[in-house]
Amino acid sequence: MSMLEIEDLQVYYGRIHAIKGVSLSVEEGEIISLIGANGAGKTTILHTITGLTKAKSGKIVYDGHDLLSIAPHKIVKLGLAHVPERRQLFERMTVEENLLMGAYFRTDKAAVRYDLGRIYKLFPRLNERKSQIAGTLSGGEQQMVAMSRAMMSQPKMIVMDEPSMGLSPILVKEVFGMIKEMHDLGITVLLVEQNANMALAIADRGYVLENGRITMSGTASVLASDDGVRKAYLGDR
Amino acid sequence: MTIFLSTLMVGLRLGSIYALIALGYTMVYGIIRMINFAHGDFIMVGGYTLVFTMPVMTEKLGLPAWTGVVFAIIVCAIVGVLVELLAYRPVRKKGTGMSALITAIAMSLILENLAQAIPAIGPNPKIPQVIFPASSLTLAGITIDTTTIYTIVVAGAMMVLLTLLVKKTSFGRAMRAVSENKKAAVLMGVSVDRTILLTFAIGASLAAVAALMYIAQYPLVFTTIGSSLGLKAFVAAVLGGIGSLPGAMLGGLIIGMAESFTVSYISSAMADTFVYLILIIVLLIRPVGILGKNVREKV
Repeated sequence: MSMLEIEDLQVYYGRIHAIKGVSLSVEEGEIISLIGANGAGKTTILHTITGLTKAKSGKIVYDGHDLLSIAPHKIVKLGLAHVPERRQLFERMTVEENLLMGAYFRTDKAAVRYDLGRIYKLFPRLNERKSQIAGTLSGGEQQMVAMSRAMMSQPKMIVMDEPSMGLSPILVKEVFGMIKEMHDLGITVLLVEQNANMALAIADRGYVLENGRITMSGTASVLASDDGVRKAYLGDR
Repeated sequence: MTIFLSTLMVGLRLGSIYALIALGYTMVYGIIRMINFAHGDFIMVGGYTLVFTMPVMTEKLGLPAWTGVVFAIIVCAIVGVLVELLAYRPVRKKGTGMSALITAIAMSLILENLAQAIPAIGPNPKIPQVIFPASSLTLAGITIDTTTIYTIVVAGAMMVLLTLLVKKTSFGRAMRAVSENKKAAVLMGVSVDRTILLTFAIGASLAAVAALMYIAQYPLVFTTIGSSLGLKAFVAAVLGGIGSLPGAMLGGLIIGMAESFTVSYISSAMADTFVYLILIIVLLIRPVGILGKNVREKV
């Protein structure tokens, strides 16, 4: 059984038909990239997975749970974390408070402290800035906090929305390095990106989303060498 | 000098009561960006609960009268939760900011009229029993009555506890998270609805304590007791910067002091004039209030 299975998903914003029958699957241990232009519906799909947007019809099954019938705030407890677009940190809270929010639902306080220490060891920069107000961090540091915050929930799977947005090429590399590290820890990743080059380089398989429909799917290397994909998303002329 | 010091104490006492009430306005505003106009009426609910439960505590159980505040807190918290559950939440999920505001005004009028319709309450004011037996303390040449001291100490303790709750506990973090970014809070596993309910319960409980302290000094309870008291506390919250907890405390103290000093040194008829004058002047200089932050509206 797949870790995540989406079947014939239909989502509307009022009268706008945003997602028109999307089906996709993510197997345990995979990195899957969902690429597509601005407004294709990538963020909507992630929002529907974690309950921030309601689906009209279709099915989303994660680890045996029917996500469309679960209260949104209970989804993270199933081991499915969401790193949202533009990071969505709690900007008036400190870095440490943001990380603790990631572990909000956990009752194993000692283990939470341990995980916090592990994150600080992994990212000494966050340790230095743990009492700093999150909104005053640089974009790269904020992305680091957002991803670490997701890690604090001990996820089995993470969905990530444009983690490279607004970052310099060096920082983009750093962020993709983090994604790899998460994956090495056994976390399954569904990655939404406009930076298709990087996204396909790191992924096992990929899907191309256009106007709310999946128009292509396959292994990352096949997609990366496809002429249409190259022209539309990889900047080839 | 004696007049100055006793005026200061009265200002502190009034200010702490305003601050307790202002905290309720500011907490609810912080979390759902709505002015809860019914908040003043929670004081009325607390006041009547005290009028009816204090005789039971003293005559049947032999406890001090103020222990009735336990019931006042419970009843106020329940009323606060019901108001949110039955009126504000459904309207908020359907409508706009304006319809929520009108609902709050309606809720205030409903509570006042409902109270009058209850036969045991009726239209005539009630006189509660003595809460703190009259006694006083002489300190450094000035005499302070014990009610004033209790009020300042209890209100101060409540404010310290609330600050610790919000700053140091997991629930406090969740409250701040919901106030800042509801979607991100949901992604962390926070139940937004439950957090809002608890915020109402806490705000209403503070109003119950304020009711006890207020009627200990001015022993008269009537159905509109909350409207002028609530309005002044609301002014305090705006003055301090609505949405800010230290702002509500500071705003309350300023309003209390302004009132007390105007009464002592100028004229009691001018007290309210000065209170609102200060509000206008502060808002002209700092539109977001003394400790207010510019709240960016999230898109």
